[in-house]
Amino acid sequence: MEALDILLTASFWVAAVRIASPLIFATMGELICERAGVLNLGIEGIMTAGAFAGWLTVYAGGDLWTGVAVAAAVGALFGLLHGALTVPLGLSQHVVGIGITLLATSLTYFTYRIVLPEVTSPPKIAPFQPLPIPVLSEIPLVGPALFNQTPLTYFAFLTVALTAWALYRTPLGLAVRAAGENPSAVEAQGISVTAVRMGAVMAGSALMAVGGAFLTMSAFNSFFFEMINGRGWVCIALVVFGSWRPGKALVGAILFAAFDAYQVRLQQITGGVVPYQIFLMMPYVLSILALVLVARRATYPKALMIPYQKGER
Amino acid sequence: MRLEAKPAPSLAGTFAYSAGAVLATLLVSSLLVLAAGASPLSVFALVAKGAAGSQFALMETLSRATPLIFTGLAVAVAFRARLWNIGAEAQLYAGAVVTVVLGTGALPLPAPILIPIIMVASMAAGAALLLGPALLKTRFGVDEVVTTLLLNFIMLLFVSMLLEGVLKDPMGLGWPQSQRVIAEAQLPRLIQGKRLHLGFVIAIASAAVVWVIMKKTTLGYEMRAVGHNAEAARFAGIPVNVVLMKTALLSGGIAALAGFSEVAGLKGNLTLDLSPGFGYTGIVVAMLALLNPIGVVASAIFVAAIFVGADAMSRSAGVPSYIAEVMVATALLTMVVAIMLMRFKVRWR
Repeated sequence: MEALDILLTASFWVAAVRIASPLIFATMGELICERAGVLNLGIEGIMTAGAFAGWLTVYAGGDLWTGVAVAAAVGALFGLLHGALTVPLGLSQHVVGIGITLLATSLTYFTYRIVLPEVTSPPKIAPFQPLPIPVLSEIPLVGPALFNQTPLTYFAFLTVALTAWALYRTPLGLAVRAAGENPSAVEAQGISVTAVRMGAVMAGSALMAVGGAFLTMSAFNSFFFEMINGRGWVCIALVVFGSWRPGKALVGAILFAAFDAYQVRLQQITGGVVPYQIFLMMPYVLSILALVLVARRATYPKALMIPYQKGER
Repeated sequence: MRLEAKPAPSLAGTFAYSAGAVLATLLVSSLLVLAAGASPLSVFALVAKGAAGSQFALMETLSRATPLIFTGLAVAVAFRARLWNIGAEAQLYAGAVVTVVLGTGALPLPAPILIPIIMVASMAAGAALLLGPALLKTRFGVDEVVTTLLLNFIMLLFVSMLLEGVLKDPMGLGWPQSQRVIAEAQLPRLIQGKRLHLGFVIAIASAAVVWVIMKKTTLGYEMRAVGHNAEAARFAGIPVNVVLMKTALLSGGIAALAGFSEVAGLKGNLTLDLSPGFGYTGIVVAMLALLNPIGVVASAIFVAAIFVGADAMSRSAGVPSYIAEVMVATALLTMVVAIMLMRFKVRWR
């Protein structure tokens, strides 16, 4: 059973966790936005912008962590634009989100062409290197998968813990959750719903951009067009799949990534009997299936996509 | 700050706000042109010249506008009923696949019979493709934005599979492309030797038909009611789910015509780059037109002019042609703000 042996190889689980990392960042980002009541469809474009901003910073001589910070800042700026249009102005979150995706993607490509007018193959940067954690990385199977990854992967897991802690254990998290469930209750506490939602969208967008930056700074070492390739939309499905809970969303992201890593290996075994496009379709089909399975019992944040005006109930 | 509803604006008011949005877009793109080291005025002049400066340029613009009219109409119809169809790209390819399957010799019929058959079959394929997400939305409450978006990726991979498999042109030197459609399946050119084809006329006619459906039929009234407030529509006895299904069939069908017209009118065969994102640009076209079917024709021509003009400008001025995409995205965002300002008064406390 070659197909099952794959599951027992360390390289498979290492790949699964690596593939999951950008999804974890972006899914947490989307989750934070949606928990505050804002559906952020700018995710695909914001990830593209983050991937490029991180890469460009390092390409221009910056340090890797500076690259991550610049990506996050760029993401937060697009979040500011998204938030400004959807929160105080209450514009359609669907249309604005698609607009942000188009804008962020095209601005990124435009800037790429300005910076590198004549380049045909994108230049590489020196990416994050794996950082084995002593002792733990020696554990068979689990060790290499979880404890011999790049620092950015550890940071992704840390992000989940921080998001869960902040959402459920801090007053700020309570305000964010309430802004997505019952905004007038937030206002009754003397807290501005607008401020909470704006903050959540900016922070969430920053995380999305870091997710994009993972691809250029920890996975592919260079930036190329179409590199996000639907990952952002998959993350929106993962948020629903995870019922808007960080822990469940993390499990969803890893399962999804494991499946993705698995189909690549299965493809090699079947050796061209099945067209490779069938395998490439699987992640998207899986996302739709996940949405269908979960949608019936999904408990959307009640105020998701509903604009809030002060003094209105 | 507070938003207060105000009475519907006059035609002049609507025009003024739309002009403001266009002006804001020009301002943003001027900054980008400056960043690219060129002078905005000369670049815009080059864009205008490239889009409408000659008969050739004008024909190119109208030819480029044709698929955008279809996708813009598809989006306008769907958005009117608040069915968020972001999958016009996939529906376009569904229409293109059907056109190639039926148009490469499978049906040896004369053009006046063959072309309508292909059109209807294409529309059926596009409609079926949007029916899935619409059913998932009404039956299971699955958000159609994500499903239609994901279907775009699935469809493109499916087309890639067909083009390397059953639809592959044996004479295509290994390129993933289909055979060319037979002469009887080709839409005639409007002017001998120019690229503008009958698809443009079909697009205009479609806009008129959609306008009649939206303004003069019960379905149009029901679609608007559902889009305005689904709960109130349900309370008023409108079968909301049925209306959404009909909307999906109409929207998906029209989007598929974009694929049909590109294959049968312009390209002659199917390749993976048949659409450089016409489905997504359709969203901008529809929003710029305030979801009005007749307005879609004008905004599609405007958006096409930006793309065609920017292509020409980019070759001579050295500003990346991606500026067209930036302008279109900026126009979308400034336009939604303008639409809001038409409907609400902003009070700064």
